[in-house]
Amino acid sequence: MKSLAELKELRNKVQKEMKKRDQGTKAEIIVGMGTCGIAAGARDILKAVLAEIEKRDLDVRVTQTGCIGMCEKEPLIDVKLPGKKRITYGNLSEADVQKIITEHVVNGNIVTDLVIARHN
Amino acid sequence: MRELSLHILDIIENSRRAEADLIKIKIEEKIETNLLKIVIKDNGNGISQKKLNEITDPFITSRTTREVGLGLSLFKAAAESCGGRFEIDSQIDKGTRVTAEFEYDHIDRAPLGDMTTTLSNFIAANGDQVDIIYQHQYQENSFKFDSREIKAELEDLSIQSRQIISWIREYIGENLAEIRGGEAF
Repeated sequence: MKSLAELKELRNKVQKEMKKRDQGTKAEIIVGMGTCGIAAGARDILKAVLAEIEKRDLDVRVTQTGCIGMCEKEPLIDVKLPGKKRITYGNLSEADVQKIITEHVVNGNIVTDLVIARHN
Repeated sequence: MRELSLHILDIIENSRRAEADLIKIKIEEKIETNLLKIVIKDNGNGISQKKLNEITDPFITSRTTREVGLGLSLFKAAAESCGGRFEIDSQIDKGTRVTAEFEYDHIDRAPLGDMTTTLSNFIAANGDQVDIIYQHQYQENSFKFDSREIKAELEDLSIQSRQIISWIREYIGENLAEIRGGEAF
């Protein structure tokens, strides 16, 4: 069983790792978590985002937002790379999340067939 | 919603939007008295009495009023279709409390579902701004999680750090499995 006492050790380890990293502006992934999003599977999408970030050891800020009025396209996520346009992807499956993180977040190439909106 | 834990996620998303910085979630599973009770209490902006009267009517609430919507009506319907009850009370600037009770063994009751993911996801996306106190009682056993206790150990490291989130995920999962006799959900 895990105990709170382990956290100090984990904290020291994470802080050391973070010092080694470039502390530039982070990429951001925003997951729609309104009623419509949740009913369409947004919780598992967010879980998949977190798992993929963990697996690839990425430094990404993950946040959530409420309903943005595109309920029929849920679940959806936004990807915002530093200095780039914010891109909204919709009708997502967990497999799409892997693809978006590999192609867009890591390699910087927008996954055009999943895009539903581009913002300035 | 297929799981009650998804309703809970939905309700705490309301709390987040109502600018709460502390959310208390209490779950009681009492099989002998055939009761499943969920209480969610926040210290957000609250809801006016007028709005409160119509808040669970999906046809009165409009899509432009952001803090109300379909979520509460769905949760209410879920409770009431399982021989249970639903209650919401709120005070402006003090916060809101949502209580839902279900007959534990009602055939239409959705499973509680994956509370571990509901909680760890929420903390992953909002943990720096919003604290969560989670109390879960299953029969005689109970588990309490308080994100403020985690933060005290972390000092200036963000609770949203992915390594901390995966620790929290495992921690909650293990403890829920423990109190529920083997499986977290």
